[in-house]
Amino acid sequence: MAGLKGSPATATAPSAGSTVMTNVEAVRATLHDALARDERVLIMGEDVGARGNVFLITKGFLEEFGPERVIDTPLAEASIVGVAIGMAMEGLRPIAEIQFADFIYPAFNQIVGEAAKTRYRSNGDYTCPLVIRTPYGGGVRGALSHSVSIEALFYHVPGLTILAPSTPADVKGLLNAAIECPDPVLFLEHKKTYRSVKGEVPDGYYTIPIGKADVKKAGSQVTVVSYGFNAHQALDAANRLEADGVSIEVIDLRSIRPMDKTTILDSVRKTRKLLIIHEDNKFGGIGAEISAMVAEEALFDLDAPIRRLCGPDVPAMGYALPLEEEFMISTEQMLTAMRELAAF
Amino acid sequence: MTTITMPQLGETVTEGTVAQWLKNVGDSVEKYESFVEVSTDKVNAEVPAPVTGIIRELMVKEGETVPTGTPIAIIDEVAAGGIPAPEGSASPSEAVAASARPTAAEAYHQGSDEPVPGGNLGLSGDSYTAAPVTANSNGTVAPSSSTAGGVRVSPAVRRLAREHQVDLGTIRGSGDHGRVTANDILAAAKAGPSAGVAATISAEGAQYTASKPAATARPSYENARPGSLIPLTQARKIIAQRMVESKRTAPHAWTMVEVDVTNVWKWRSNEKAAFEQATGVKLTLLPFFIRAAVEALAAFPLMNASFTDEGIRVHREVNIGLAIAASGNLIVPVIRNADRLSISGLALAAGALIEKARRGKLGADDLAGGTFTVNNTGANGSILSAPILVPGQTGIVTTEAVVKRAVVRDDDAIAIRSMMNVCLSLDHRVVDGSVASGFLSDLKKRLEAMGPSGTL
Repeated sequence: MAGLKGSPATATAPSAGSTVMTNVEAVRATLHDALARDERVLIMGEDVGARGNVFLITKGFLEEFGPERVIDTPLAEASIVGVAIGMAMEGLRPIAEIQFADFIYPAFNQIVGEAAKTRYRSNGDYTCPLVIRTPYGGGVRGALSHSVSIEALFYHVPGLTILAPSTPADVKGLLNAAIECPDPVLFLEHKKTYRSVKGEVPDGYYTIPIGKADVKKAGSQVTVVSYGFNAHQALDAANRLEADGVSIEVIDLRSIRPMDKTTILDSVRKTRKLLIIHEDNKFGGIGAEISAMVAEEALFDLDAPIRRLCGPDVPAMGYALPLEEEFMISTEQMLTAMRELAAF
Repeated sequence: MTTITMPQLGETVTEGTVAQWLKNVGDSVEKYESFVEVSTDKVNAEVPAPVTGIIRELMVKEGETVPTGTPIAIIDEVAAGGIPAPEGSASPSEAVAASARPTAAEAYHQGSDEPVPGGNLGLSGDSYTAAPVTANSNGTVAPSSSTAGGVRVSPAVRRLAREHQVDLGTIRGSGDHGRVTANDILAAAKAGPSAGVAATISAEGAQYTASKPAATARPSYENARPGSLIPLTQARKIIAQRMVESKRTAPHAWTMVEVDVTNVWKWRSNEKAAFEQATGVKLTLLPFFIRAAVEALAAFPLMNASFTDEGIRVHREVNIGLAIAASGNLIVPVIRNADRLSISGLALAAGALIEKARRGKLGADDLAGGTFTVNNTGANGSILSAPILVPGQTGIVTTEAVVKRAVVRDDDAIAIRSMMNVCLSLDHRVVDGSVASGFLSDLKKRLEAMGPSGTL
C-alpha cells in the first residue's frame, strides 16, 4: 500500500538474517515460535484449533502442538479470559484470542476486574502473565461488529499493558515481550495492516521493550503521534510533504500504555507542534491523554494548539461503504492537518 | 449590565477613594483586568473587572471617597470575542501613567520585570497568567479579541520572547495570518536583539511625544522638574498625613549604638551563594538583624507596644514592618509573627514582601498589624538617621551602612572591623531612655554573638 513508502517495514530486499513478511505472518510466526520454544505457552480462543483462526494465523497449530496447547473454546469471551487468568496465575503462559475486538465486552470484567488487579490484590504473591490478542480497527468492510477500536476502554485501567504495533518487526518483538511480561497485556492487531503491511523481520528471538515509542521518521516542524494503521498513513503523508519542504516527525506509539512520555516530549519540545492521529473516536481517547500530558509538561514549548485527528464520535462503523469511508481517516485529511499545523 | 461597587479592602475599612480610573467610558475591559485603582488609608489596590465588557459609566470622580458598597461603575457585558479593539492605544489615564514614567523604557530596555504600561508584551515575570495580548499599530497592547487575523501569542513564543528579550511588536510573523512563531523569535534573537528593542523603544517614545504632548508635560513625583507643581497622589497624601500624625503625637527620642558585624557578615558571606541557589532569594544582613531584633524585643516587651488612651498595650504578636521605598512611595509591609521564624525563614519572608512591593502587588493583609519597624537606611549609604515612628508603634530601628573601621578592642589592640550603626527612634510616652538603650545594647550583643557557627 501507498502508506508504506519509505517505511523501514517496507524494505523489499531482505538483508542477511531477516525475512520479509506481512503483519499477519509475523503474528503467526511469533506464536508458532513461542509454542515451540516454551511448553508453558498455549493458545485458546474461538476457532483457533480446527479452523486455524479466521485469519488462518494458527492454521496447523492444533496438529503440531495438540489439543492441550491449542484450545478451541465455546463462544464465551468471559470464560476464555477467565480460564486463561487461572492458567496464568498457576504458571502457564496462555495467549487468549478474542476473535474480533468487537466481541471483547463480555470479558471486560475478567480483564479489568480480575487480570489487571491480580498482582495488587495478592500483594505480589500472584501475577497474571496473560496475553490477550485481538484484531481491531476498520477499513476492511467489517461493518458494525467487526471494526471497532477498543483501546480507550481499557486505557484507563492501571495494571493493564496495551500494545498496538504497526509493522511486522514490531509485531514480533512486542508479541515476544508480551509473552515474557509477568502481567496482563492486551495485544491489539489492526486488521487493515494484516496483509497490507509488509516488512523485514529479523530472524531469531528478540523482544522490543514495552513502553517505548518509535520515531519512524525524523522531522522538525510538526510532531505526529499515531499508532496502528494510521501510523502508516501518517508516515506516507509525512514523506509526501517532505518533497514540498515540510518536515514532519512521525512517532509510532507501539505501546499505548505505558505511554512513552520521553519520546513524545522530546519531539514536541523540538517541533513545538503536536498532531495526534487515531482511528478510535476523539472524545476521551488516547489523544486526550497525550494532549493533557503535553499540556502539563510542555505548555511553554508549544507554538500551536495541540491538534487531534480522530475517528468520529458515532456509536459504530456504518454498514454502507460510504459510511466506512467517511469513518476512516484518509491520508488526504492527514496531509491537510499536517500542512495547516506546519504553516500555523 | 453589571454595576460595580466600591470594594472593601481590608476588614476594618469602611470607605475607599478612587485614586485613578484605568479605563474610560467606552473602553473595553476583560474579566480580571484592572480597571480602577482604589486607595484606602491602608492600601492601594487595582480592582479587577468582574466581567468582560465595555465601560458604560464611571459614577465616581478620581479623588472622591465613597463608602464601601457604593456603586462606582457600570460595565456592559459583551461575550468574549465580541469586543472591538479599543481605539487608539491606551486610555488617557494609562497614557499619563506611561508617559509619566520615562523609566519605563529603560526598564524595558534592561529587561526589567517591572510592568511597563504600553510596552508590556508579555515580558513581565507573571505573564504566564496573562490573557493573550494583541499588539496594535503603535506597539501598545490591548486585550486580545477572538477576531480572525488577530495576532495571538503562543506559550512558546511568549516564553522565548521573554528569554531572548525580543519585542514581539517588532517581529513580522511568518505564520498563518502573520502570526509570530517560535522560530520567528529565535531568528530575531539571532539577528541581534538589542537593535530591535532599541528601535522599538525610540519609536514608542516618539509616538507618545507626538500624540500626547499634554500628557508628557504633566509633572509627577518621579519627574520633578524645577518650577513644576506636582499634584499630590493619594499615596503621598497618606504618607504626609501619617508622618505629621506621628511627629505630633509621639515625642520622639533618639539613640544609637555601634555594632561590630564582622562575624555575622562573614557568616552571611559563607552562606550567601548556597542560600541563593537553594531558595532564589538573596541573603542580606537584614534577616540576621531582624532575628536579633525580635530576640531583643522578647527581652524588652515594652518596645513592642502601643501608647493608647486606655494604657500601654503590650502586644502579644511580634510583627516586624519593613520600610521600603517603592515607585516613589514609602510602604511598610509586615512580617507577621517574625519571632517564630528562623533567619532563613525571615530571609524568605522579607524577600517575598520586597518582591511583592516591587511589583506593586502588596495587599491590605501584607501591610496591616505591624508592631515594630526595621528600616534599612544603610542601603543608600547612610551611616546615621533619625527615623519617624510608624504611628502606634514604640520603636523603629535603622541598619546603617556597614563600613570598615580601625577599632580599638578590649585588649587595646587596634583591628580593622566591619562596623554598623544602629539607630533607634522611640516613643518617649511608652519607654524611657533606660529601656530603650537596654533594648539596643541587647540587640547589639545578639548581633555580635552571631557568627559562622550558627544555624540559619
